[in-house]
Amino acid sequence: MAGYRFDFHGAALEARGSGALWWAARRVLVVSDLHLGKSARMARRGGALLPPYEGRETLHRLEAEIRATDAACVICLGDSFDDLDAVALPEDEAEWLARLMAGRDWIWIEGNHDPAPIAPGGRNAAELRLDGLVLRHIARPDARAEISGHYHPKARLAGQSRPAFLLDGARVILPAFGAYTGGLDATDPALQDLMGATARAVLTGPAALVMPLPRPARARRG
Amino acid sequence: MPGPCGRPARAYLGPMRALPPILSDWFASRGWGLHPHQAAMLDRARDAATLLIAPTGGGKTLAGFLPTLAELAANPRPGLHTLYISPLKALAADIRRNLTTPLAEMGLPIRVEDRTGDTGTTQRRRQRADPPQILLTTPESLALLLSYEDAPRLFAGLARVIVDEIHALGESRRGDQLMLCLARLQSLAPGLRRVGLSATVEDPEALGRFLAPGGCTILRADPGPAPDIAMLSGAAPPWAGGGGRHAIAEVLAAIRAHRTTVIFHNTRAQAELFFHDLWMANSDGLPIGIHHGSLAREARARVEAAMAAGSLRAVVATGSLDLGIDWGDVDLVIQIGAPRNIKRLVQRIGRANHSYNAPSKARLVPANRFEVLECIAALQAVAEGDLDGEPRPAGPLDVLCQHILLTACAGPFAADALFSEVRRAWPYAALTRADFDACLEFCATGGYALRAYDRWRRLMQRDGRWQLRDPRAARDLRMNIGTIVDTETLKVRLAGRGAALGEVEEAFAATLTPGDTFLMGGQIVRYEGLRDMVVEVSRAPGRVPKVAVFSGTKFATSTQLAARILRLMNDPAASLPAHTAAWLALQRQISRMPEAGRMLVESFPHDGREYACFWGFAGRNAMQTLGLLLTRRMEQAGLAPLGFVASDYATLIWGLGPVTDAAALLDGDGLRDGLEGWLAGNAVMKRTFRTVATIAGLMQRNLPGQRKNGRQATFSSDILYDTLLRHDPGHLMLRITRDEAMRGLVDFSRIEDMLARTEGRIDTLRLDRLPPLAAPLLLEVGKVPVEGAGRARLMAAEAERLLAEAGLSG
Repeated sequence: MAGYRFDFHGAALEARGSGALWWAARRVLVVSDLHLGKSARMARRGGALLPPYEGRETLHRLEAEIRATDAACVICLGDSFDDLDAVALPEDEAEWLARLMAGRDWIWIEGNHDPAPIAPGGRNAAELRLDGLVLRHIARPDARAEISGHYHPKARLAGQSRPAFLLDGARVILPAFGAYTGGLDATDPALQDLMGATARAVLTGPAALVMPLPRPARARRG
Repeated sequence: MPGPCGRPARAYLGPMRALPPILSDWFASRGWGLHPHQAAMLDRARDAATLLIAPTGGGKTLAGFLPTLAELAANPRPGLHTLYISPLKALAADIRRNLTTPLAEMGLPIRVEDRTGDTGTTQRRRQRADPPQILLTTPESLALLLSYEDAPRLFAGLARVIVDEIHALGESRRGDQLMLCLARLQSLAPGLRRVGLSATVEDPEALGRFLAPGGCTILRADPGPAPDIAMLSGAAPPWAGGGGRHAIAEVLAAIRAHRTTVIFHNTRAQAELFFHDLWMANSDGLPIGIHHGSLAREARARVEAAMAAGSLRAVVATGSLDLGIDWGDVDLVIQIGAPRNIKRLVQRIGRANHSYNAPSKARLVPANRFEVLECIAALQAVAEGDLDGEPRPAGPLDVLCQHILLTACAGPFAADALFSEVRRAWPYAALTRADFDACLEFCATGGYALRAYDRWRRLMQRDGRWQLRDPRAARDLRMNIGTIVDTETLKVRLAGRGAALGEVEEAFAATLTPGDTFLMGGQIVRYEGLRDMVVEVSRAPGRVPKVAVFSGTKFATSTQLAARILRLMNDPAASLPAHTAAWLALQRQISRMPEAGRMLVESFPHDGREYACFWGFAGRNAMQTLGLLLTRRMEQAGLAPLGFVASDYATLIWGLGPVTDAAALLDGDGLRDGLEGWLAGNAVMKRTFRTVATIAGLMQRNLPGQRKNGRQATFSSDILYDTLLRHDPGHLMLRITRDEAMRGLVDFSRIEDMLARTEGRIDTLRLDRLPPLAAPLLLEVGKVPVEGAGRARLMAAEAERLLAEAGLSG
């Protein structure tokens, strides 16, 4: 997938059309908000019986990205599992994940859905510092050189709304990589307040498309 | 003063058959008698099922209630006796008012209450504990009542059920659901007698079977004198466009000359534009209102009350005024734009008779020159009494899934018994056990090919009976009741003041940028921004509005009408207005006239895009499918199609490359081959899937409160669709979606008919400009975008432009 390459505090990064972030120099692939086990959680709660295929779907796409980049390290930016019970994936998915993890450095950042250390292998961390960059689940307003997820940003261009990276000088916010994930429009105040004046959005899709960060239709009154 | 449920029936003062004295005395004291069909309903009170076909103003509703009143007056008893079901909440409330007064005057101890989505919790609870003798409700509220554990006790003594406006219910999933509920009621109350009340329909016997497959008495009221219907002659309509604003002066003159006029439009946007211009020209200040489904409920209620009180001279309306609402003394119906469907036209104008014996009066205003042809064809059809209509297909399985889940909410059930009961509803009379079991399996486990999880169940089998695994799930299931799945809409309100003006479709709101103006409730408003999922606007007097493209109900022109139009266009002896004749002549001169045995394809550049117009006359749905199949083939051929729009007669496709060989695109085998692959991935299927998945309970309905916190917004149904398609292509939901689409939105059989009719006689004309006949299509709503190379190119160009504008290039 054709990506959008940009320089971020000395790191040459690529926002890929898949929604993954690739750091070629470190061979690090970053993904966020996989939400594995979401349909199982909903079924356990007596809710709708969603098609139980989102795990396969997400792992399939993750595998394609790992192969395409030949990543040595995979960092999952939190909300990797829809809740702590979901960490016990169905057998086939658990095996699939183990296969992907084999021979790679794999780091689980904690998210609000999976706040405690989890044990499908790999390493756990509340957040991670790497070459001056900080990787965590939820962006902090005062942070610099920060890579995060959590918000599932989406942006609209020419009538199409797609999951999108948001980036400016201080931060990169990743779109959700998981199959069953909704999104928050980039014009939402929660995102607008985080992003600076020169912010851009990179739309995911067959080819990543960069555009200025969409702004709300009008500044609020009062 | 009107009668209890209709207008004074002075026409017939026959003997008061079967009426207890308390009722006949009351009628006599007012000098009222019964219409023959009302008397006939009393005579047939013991029949298991009766269908009454009667025009408006004939006291149809009273006819439905008379047997109930007679029985309860003769043998008063507590407990639910009669259930009245109407498609509209407002109608239930009206009937309650109209019944309560005479019952009080007669001193009859009969309680009448309504129960709809608007009824408060306390009253609902009380109604279940201590039901009135007559309960007025809607199909959805009935489904809800049946989902409670106490339903058997509540309905055990039910004697009669009256289904009002059954002709309207019979055309939709709501009717399918209602018939399942009636089958359930019949099991709970085996002696239940059914009554259907209907406007004029083309096939009363079919409607009778729908109401009661076991046999149904059909009663026809005197239809009254033939309607006075004609075109509102005069100014030539514009070449293209909809809305009929050219006729404002004539319409105003007609309003002045009548007591109350209802002016119907086919879409909400057109109604808004017309209303605005009507007010600008309304120098006498005549009281004129507007009524359509996008307006806030309070605004609609005001107009309805004013109509009933007779204080309005005219109402500009859409289909939202079609049913039930008290029209007061309407003596003229004006239909702006072509009527699209002859039966609906006849039903509408039938309501414009202030007295039962006067002919109803209607005038048609074609909005453009194509619609002149449609109107002439419709007038011919009305004169010949040629009503159109298609038989209702078998009931869809998504509705059955919902019914099974709601049945489980009421308590444990045996699969065999439920299967037999369901088959006693006409829409499901031919249901196979395999399909029933597939639906049950879906309800129980989701019906996925992958069964990895024990806990993946909603229903459990215990002692041979099915029940909810977790009884708390009943709450969610009840919240999801109903078969109407709305398009996502956003509220519109004035910034800073909070007064709600109405709603627009989310897709329309997404196209707005600050400063855009559109019409809402007759005012021009300026888009200010989106705040907390509400569209904020300000008043913008004096500006020319950007046309509101939020869509209203759009009727499809029937097959019969489409065929009539094609004949009319090629009839040299047809008597057409001069402007229409001249226009057709121009079409013949510049291009060619579509003919019955051939297919005309016009290819031309317009406004920087390449267009191709396929004149297939196969009806809107089939023409829509043709658009989907053709754009797919064009994508493969590198023509980079961007989108298309379909009318009942033609499909207009636009893109970056010109169509030069339409015959190759229209090759029948190619289209058929394309169908399977195409069915998978297009927007119409996804739209259909969303409806199916919501009704069947795969997805929870989006409730207004839940949408506010957009952060946790439910993800799009498209994701579920794509996932199922990839991992479980045989899944029941995909099968239902396909069936629904094939017979509804896809209608491939009519494409086959069209191909057989034309047998490869395809004329591709390359023109240098927009041909006259195709012009109106550019203004059709419901444009379908095509995802492909063309759109990718445009998106890239747009991103480039925005970056450059923001100084962010490079």
